[in-house]
Amino acid sequence: MYAQMVESTGKAVRTIKEMGPVEREFQERINAGVKIEPKDWMPEGYRETLKRQISQHAHSEIVGQLPEGNWITRAPTLKRKAILIAKVQDEAGHGLYLYSAAETLGISRDEMTAQLLSGKAKYSSIFNYPTLSWADIGAIGWLVDGAAIMNQVPLQKCSYGPYSRAMIRICKEESFHQRQGFDIMMRLCEGTEAQKAMAQDALNRWWWPSLMMFGPSDKDSVHSAQSFAWNIKQDSNDTLRQRFVNQTVPQAEYLGLEIPDPELRWDDKTKLYHFGEPNWDEFFAVVSGNGPCNIERLEARQKAWTDGAWFREGLEAYAEKRANDSRAAE
Amino acid sequence: MSKREWPLWEIFIRGQHGLAHRHVGSLHAPDAEMAMKNARDVYTRRNEGLSIWIVPSDAIVASSPAKKGPYFEPANTKAYRHPTFFNIPDEVGSM
Repeated sequence: MYAQMVESTGKAVRTIKEMGPVEREFQERINAGVKIEPKDWMPEGYRETLKRQISQHAHSEIVGQLPEGNWITRAPTLKRKAILIAKVQDEAGHGLYLYSAAETLGISRDEMTAQLLSGKAKYSSIFNYPTLSWADIGAIGWLVDGAAIMNQVPLQKCSYGPYSRAMIRICKEESFHQRQGFDIMMRLCEGTEAQKAMAQDALNRWWWPSLMMFGPSDKDSVHSAQSFAWNIKQDSNDTLRQRFVNQTVPQAEYLGLEIPDPELRWDDKTKLYHFGEPNWDEFFAVVSGNGPCNIERLEARQKAWTDGAWFREGLEAYAEKRANDSRAAE
Repeated sequence: MSKREWPLWEIFIRGQHGLAHRHVGSLHAPDAEMAMKNARDVYTRRNEGLSIWIVPSDAIVASSPAKKGPYFEPANTKAYRHPTFFNIPDEVGSM
């Protein structure tokens, strides 16, 4: 998902009986649905896994601004431009909520920024694909934000209080994102043949990367068991992917667009859509830095940071001067 | 990175219904003025509030989570503090 490749502790999940009294009390609280708050005792593995998961999620929100920001100056109308700006601003806010949640675990905002800029931190593979036409903005809202919602709705109930609260805020805003995307797709599909072809082309390019957002297939996600036990993951990657396909295929039919998967068919027995296997080689290549835009995205973040240095320094100097002035006046 | 980390501020917002200010989140800013501007931009993008309080995070004194059992326990045994503790006969009417 937005945190697709979170490495967990790698150890087998301990049973309640194997735990010491403190850890047992912690696990029992989670099992009872009681939230864990920043100052509560927590196992080191829980803390470290969450730091990675929440910061990856935050980085994804921040990097996610780039593919869409690409179209702000070229939005087809002033209204579309205002909407897109609002959406991209929301993503910055989402990044902030999540960075704040991660900070409560004992990692600083600046450390996380440094991890992103150095390329050490991961973010969602989806943002390493280019936005080639206006229809891509529609496809991102509809598919990418749609997939994000699928994952984030259950996370609202996760065991860590600050993460759960950030998710609640984000989910409220995310629905606007998906609907504005679908609205773009609807307009294009009602338009000329060329406009409809644009929408189809965007779906063709974004479909498989969107399915990959849910992370590797369950048989290859080795670290899930502990995250399930800690209630920081509620549904398996494949479960969420299936849910997404079931929800999205009828929407594509409504638009009159074709999902680019020759294997796609409704299975009357399972009452689920059967769909083809994403290209996992591509997924792992993008995650490990070799997607179409990995270098460009990182360079854009580094440039924003470097170019903004004078401004941050100015703000600090002003704050310092004001503090000195008020001390002198006392 | 910058010379020093910007301080953290906790943000409280009063909604539109005349309720008390409520904690909504936090943010980093070099001073109170910037914290206020950023709080407006991040936390009141959809008419969430009519008033903002910002407080330096390190000014908040919190009760100890480890002691929360004994600290709040005394209230648990005082059910008579709740109105529902008292049975008032129906014929008395609402009270």
